[in-house]
Amino acid sequence: MNANHEKLMEALREALGEKVRELRPGPEMPVLVVESADLPEVALRLRDHPQLRFGQLTDLCGIDYATYGEADWETSEQATMAGFSRGVEPLSREAGTERRPQERFWVVYHLLSHEHNRRLRMKVPLTGEPPVVPSVVEVWNSANWYEREAFDLFGILFDGHPDLRRILTDYGFIGHPFRKDFPISGEVEVRYDPEKGRVVYQPVSIEPRILVPRVIRRDNPLVRDAEGETRDA
Amino acid sequence: MREIRNMTLNFGPQHPAAHGVLRLILEMDGETIERADPHIGLLHRATEKLAETKPFNQSIGYMDRLDYVSMMCNEHAYVLAIEKLLGITPPIRAQYIRVMFDEITRILNHLLWLGSHGLDIGAMTIFLYCFREREDLMDCYEAVSGARMHATYYRPGGVHRDLPDEMPKYQPSKWKSEEEVARLNANRQGSLLDFIWDFTERFPGYVDEYETLLTDNRIWKQRTVGIGVVSPERALQLGFTGPMLRGSGIEWDLRKKQPYEVYDRLDFDIPVGTAGDCYSRYLVRIEEMRQSNRIIRQCVEWLRNNPGPVMLENHKVTPPSREEMKGSMEALIHHFKLFSEGYCVPEGEVYAAIEHPKGEFGIFLVSDGANKPYRVKIRAPGFAHLSAMDEMVRGHMLADVVAVIGTQDIVFGEIDR
Repeated sequence: MNANHEKLMEALREALGEKVRELRPGPEMPVLVVESADLPEVALRLRDHPQLRFGQLTDLCGIDYATYGEADWETSEQATMAGFSRGVEPLSREAGTERRPQERFWVVYHLLSHEHNRRLRMKVPLTGEPPVVPSVVEVWNSANWYEREAFDLFGILFDGHPDLRRILTDYGFIGHPFRKDFPISGEVEVRYDPEKGRVVYQPVSIEPRILVPRVIRRDNPLVRDAEGETRDA
Repeated sequence: MREIRNMTLNFGPQHPAAHGVLRLILEMDGETIERADPHIGLLHRATEKLAETKPFNQSIGYMDRLDYVSMMCNEHAYVLAIEKLLGITPPIRAQYIRVMFDEITRILNHLLWLGSHGLDIGAMTIFLYCFREREDLMDCYEAVSGARMHATYYRPGGVHRDLPDEMPKYQPSKWKSEEEVARLNANRQGSLLDFIWDFTERFPGYVDEYETLLTDNRIWKQRTVGIGVVSPERALQLGFTGPMLRGSGIEWDLRKKQPYEVYDRLDFDIPVGTAGDCYSRYLVRIEEMRQSNRIIRQCVEWLRNNPGPVMLENHKVTPPSREEMKGSMEALIHHFKLFSEGYCVPEGEVYAAIEHPKGEFGIFLVSDGANKPYRVKIRAPGFAHLSAMDEMVRGHMLADVVAVIGTQDIVFGEIDR
């Protein structure tokens, strides 16, 4: 971790005080976790505090942690006796739960301060269904479409957004496609119906299948090195 | 007296000046725009979700198809993100190759932008000129990767292969005589680096030609000066990056401010505009092409004198050579595992950004330790720019919408993802 990050973390602790739920160093920028209730005030301070001056919101996205740490195929240090075939139903292992955050939906903000040449990642955990978070459009205008996108893809509601419409999916689309329980092949397909003389929607006819099973391995020396490093830091 | 109502006009998605599939709903008071509402998503392919279902390396090809006029730059950000998570650094030669191709890509992108922007607002010749030079650069792409556009050339740990010693040549056919072929092949006798060097010798002259056509052109100035003005404060607020931000007078370039690869060893300048209008941004991009040319020349010189590996030898991440594979059992196993299952990446999250021709292109990658990414978020510069469309065109005339779309350098592959 370099000195610039350390300075920024100090400034953050000073400016935000008890609003900081968690603050940890990251490989390329510090990571700040705040509660969604504190967000409007934190956002303003991040933008206007002379030590911070995060004038630009470069990116905003949602994450769905529903299947974090799950794999299709259990692996161990020894050779596995049971293989994976395409007919196999994906395992839904409980092993992932220990590393999975408690809250399912998170919103991630990437901030950039041109004045101090610093970046910051701010993460906000969300509870409830549908998850709701205060909008930051008033603080950073660029959040407008990013919030619409997160609403469209994850169903996260942004309280106070001036115009929360779907943005990327089709007109009349149902569901939030980037949620982990939304199938990759979608739920409906369209075709031209010659009898009705128009395009009709019908449930998808594609069978979902896994081409490459998802596995989590820890025996790769690179993984060992990298994880050892973060543990020490 | 008759009642006068505002007119709602549907612009696109099949309009040739809409640069792809932009659908704009324009509320107009006569010829003046009162409100513009871009409808996007007609090219949405859920690249981010698809990437979650594939091993890391298989998504590199998808990155090419995001901003399909600056292919290798997209790959670069994705590959950098994986490398950061794995904690590996590619060999120095690979870094120079990446920088060289990033700059070739920048010229490719700006040429297409200039040609189509010109065509949109009434300049025909410039389009033909630009595509003439693009052809040479496409040949560089082809020589190095086999594909003219979607290269999939960058890999975590380096680049797929070293630069070729020979350029492909034209063959005589019933459409091309011996003489014509000899003329076309004149600068293809040496290696790829010789070909690129020859291009960089010629290119500043070509840029002068474009400037002769446009910079002092009365019509060009009428269409661009004072159109779509964005103040520096607004540019920051609206999330502008790249030439859009520099055109408004903010000196900000990731290549200088947060250098990646070998940009800190190279000598180049960052052009900055003053007025924040379409004309300023035009001047910025023209100068960027000249600067890219300078960077390419420095890279070519370095690459000529410094042979070396272009890929890490760590076979947990990079494949062994075909030759090695035929003789070594271990190499064969590595190859099989890499191409069937891929490699696992340590748990963590990372954001890697590069100075893409259009602005800051970033990849936010979350890994839970599996062989596939848990979440990929693509930060496309065009998305932020297009969201400012309403503000930029408000109060302008209908014809200026086209100039503003042009100046934003809209490409739908990256906006819709």
